[in-house]
Amino acid sequence: MSAAQQIIAIAGNPNSGKTTAFNRYTGSRQHVGNYPGITVEKKAGTAHVGGKAVTLVDLPGTYSLTAYSLEEVVARKVLAEERPGAVLDVVNAAVLERNLYLTLQMLEMGIPVVLALNMMDEARDQGIIIDEKRLEELTGIRAVPTVARSGEGLPEALAETLKLAEEKKGRAVPLEISYGPEIDAALKEMTRLVEEAELLIPKYPARWVALKYLERDEDIISQGRAASAKTSAALEKIAARLSEHIKITLHSYPEALIADYRYGYIASLLRQGVLRGVDERENRIAYSDKMDKVLTHRILGPVIMIGVLYAMYYLTIEIGDYPLGWVENFFEWLDGAVGDVMSDGLLKSMITSGVIGGVGGVLGFVPLIVIMFMLIAFLEDSGYMARVAYMWDRVFRFFGLHGASIMPFIISGGIAGGCAVPGVMATRTLRSPRERLATILTAPFMACGAKMPVFLLFVSIFFQDNKALTLLLLSLTGWAAALLVARLLRSTLIRGESTPFVMELPPYRLPTLSGLLIHTWERAWQYIKKAGTIILAISILLWAAMSFPALPEGESAGFAARKAPLEEELAAFPYKKLSAEIAGLEEELDGLGARDPKAAELRAGIEELCLQRDALPAGRLQAEMERLAGQKDALPEDPAADRLREQAARLSAALEGLKPEDVGARAMRRQLDEVSEALEKTPSGAIEAAIARKRKERDALPEIRLEAEIAAIDNEEAAEALRHSLAGRAGISLEGITAPAGFDWRTNIALVGGIAAKEVVLSTLGTAYALGEIGEDDHSLADRIRADSHWSRANAVALLLFTLLYSPCFVTLVVIRQESGAWRWLFFSLVFNLVLAYGVAVAAYQTLA
Amino acid sequence: MAQQVSLRTLDDGQTAVIAGITAEGEMGRRIRDMGLVPGVSVQVMGRAPLRDPVALRLLGFTLTLRNSEADFIRVTR
Repeated sequence: MSAAQQIIAIAGNPNSGKTTAFNRYTGSRQHVGNYPGITVEKKAGTAHVGGKAVTLVDLPGTYSLTAYSLEEVVARKVLAEERPGAVLDVVNAAVLERNLYLTLQMLEMGIPVVLALNMMDEARDQGIIIDEKRLEELTGIRAVPTVARSGEGLPEALAETLKLAEEKKGRAVPLEISYGPEIDAALKEMTRLVEEAELLIPKYPARWVALKYLERDEDIISQGRAASAKTSAALEKIAARLSEHIKITLHSYPEALIADYRYGYIASLLRQGVLRGVDERENRIAYSDKMDKVLTHRILGPVIMIGVLYAMYYLTIEIGDYPLGWVENFFEWLDGAVGDVMSDGLLKSMITSGVIGGVGGVLGFVPLIVIMFMLIAFLEDSGYMARVAYMWDRVFRFFGLHGASIMPFIISGGIAGGCAVPGVMATRTLRSPRERLATILTAPFMACGAKMPVFLLFVSIFFQDNKALTLLLLSLTGWAAALLVARLLRSTLIRGESTPFVMELPPYRLPTLSGLLIHTWERAWQYIKKAGTIILAISILLWAAMSFPALPEGESAGFAARKAPLEEELAAFPYKKLSAEIAGLEEELDGLGARDPKAAELRAGIEELCLQRDALPAGRLQAEMERLAGQKDALPEDPAADRLREQAARLSAALEGLKPEDVGARAMRRQLDEVSEALEKTPSGAIEAAIARKRKERDALPEIRLEAEIAAIDNEEAAEALRHSLAGRAGISLEGITAPAGFDWRTNIALVGGIAAKEVVLSTLGTAYALGEIGEDDHSLADRIRADSHWSRANAVALLLFTLLYSPCFVTLVVIRQESGAWRWLFFSLVFNLVLAYGVAVAAYQTLA
Repeated sequence: MAQQVSLRTLDDGQTAVIAGITAEGEMGRRIRDMGLVPGVSVQVMGRAPLRDPVALRLLGFTLTLRNSEADFIRVTR
């Protein structure tokens, strides 16, 4: 690659096929980054034309260069400061008139331009004829008909651009068009002033700078003031005088007249034989109009859309669950593998709990992100997303948001069970910066999937009669919080007029697969890179906070001393002895090669010992339970039995909330007995009952009882260690603050852990209650909470609301930082949401308690 | 001379010619950038389910804007 490699920029309107062309040219040889400090993507890549390599820069899609939106500021900056050799302007040939508005502004800046008359196939189908020879005669601009989707004409277009770049080296004679007698006269005077003072020259052409003063372009005027306050003041004075004059004589503004003249210039150009067949425009995008008749229909439109949004949510969350499970299994396996290889100690604990847990947590989201971006890219490229924004805008505008805010909300958990990480990333479809920021900051209030286990546990304990209704209310509370906070933010911190909605509804098109794949891969990779590094650091910190300081020697020795006699007693049982022997032989076997003659011998030994063990009561019962479970799995599905099972579960849950002497308790117990009896008569119910009997029998064996006692001491030690750690002490010292909300130190630690990931709330609570590791179907935590006099409905409601509203998890916070482009919004989310959640929780607890 | 009315008052399916844009600043610029300038013919394609925003056809493409934005656009029927 030579140092003199030409730089060529690709410019164009959104929906003109610009990105498709860029992808075609560069394939996978592109890199994506952000422009410093802002979230506009910077894409560059390498393409080859006639044996030469060129650097292609994909400018953000814009309709104009007036520098109002971030995209326009960036596009203009790149054009002026990086001065590409030439620009390949991709225009939609079917909407030539509007597309040339951008072209004209680049020509006025003195930028060498080649036109790619894209979507030529569509234009031809619609009977539009463009005479590119005539266009060149009139303007001197080369135009090449292209179809970016098939690649037709693209090599010629780039070859022409390269030729022009080598010839002009980034500077052409600026186009000068007439803006009518008044403006022209003022422009002439101002151009002279600019030239004399060399204001912003040669970065921009003199007349262009003058024109920008008339257009009241804030960016250029502030640059001009910085360069020369005196000249700038003189220019502003002339501009103000002209503005006043035009207001009186024409009841208009210079910027309006300038735009009118530009469109007038384009219209007259096209009328001089460049464009024909436009009069038959009536039936041009008829197929798209027909689709709109249904898809944006008053009643059908919203119904279909809810279906599409639901399907989208379903695919992301439900289908994403499978690959999510694979990633989780992989990390579980890795955890186990590392655990086997390393000896117990701090380093092992850090690597398994801190590193693998943290990185695994981040990568676990990748399948969700990939699926979600595929679907969003599909909806966007097909043109449907613009219709969603169109249909919902009226509702969301009321809260200072944008019609397109609905998608991030839904994905974040607007339909319970979403995830705020892909949700916040989905705000990229929003082009209005203030509305986008408000959406980013409020999407995490939704009831995401990780909050659900907490909701389910407490709702099943305290609201067993109205489970579904309570969950629905929680979900709606999330929506209410998001919308109201958005409204609040938009009238305080992110105040400002709503960004103009004016938006194109592009015709429906079938997206290209390569476009979808490139788009998705870029996003996923960005996420892995950014979230991965920060999360890794934070996970290690969190692990340290929950592990240090360790229990003092004396205390852990105390636990060990309590365990020692029990362990000794246990080891004396033949069942335990045999198990230890089997484990020893298995380890030896693992160390041998597969063909080692000793392996067969060892295997036989293991088998023999296993037989002996299975002959003992504990082994026999275990084997029988496994056999029964196998039998049960082999049974065909039995919906009737499932219904009975559900009924029994509901009844026993309801009974647990009642005292035996309560009204209805006896009737309920009788009903439960009847249901259980009926269940035992079904094949699967009978097997279950048999398994339960065996388990009871096995649990009563002395060696199994000893095992349980030792595990209880271990759990007690873990709880004591957690209490002693930094996180535990923080939880205890926070009790003073959280008492008004009804949280004790255990809840506090669990919630602090939940800032890392909401998934850990229940498991930390389990550790704090000395229950050890708890699984999802484990009822021990529910039983423990039910028995604890500390817990009442009031605490539960406060905790539910707090969990719903408080700080987003770390991954979401990092994504908020990435998407908003500023650390301060990360801290804002953390602090504001905590304060809000605390306020709501205190209010709820104080009202109910 | 035909009577000038606000773009908002047009019924679905009606066609009119833009007579003037009264918006200044960012709003005016956005509207003009999208090709809504005097002399251009626009047709109302439909309205969102809640009657706002409105969808327009002009220069061969479809555009949508809010009723409050349509108020800045004067048209002659």
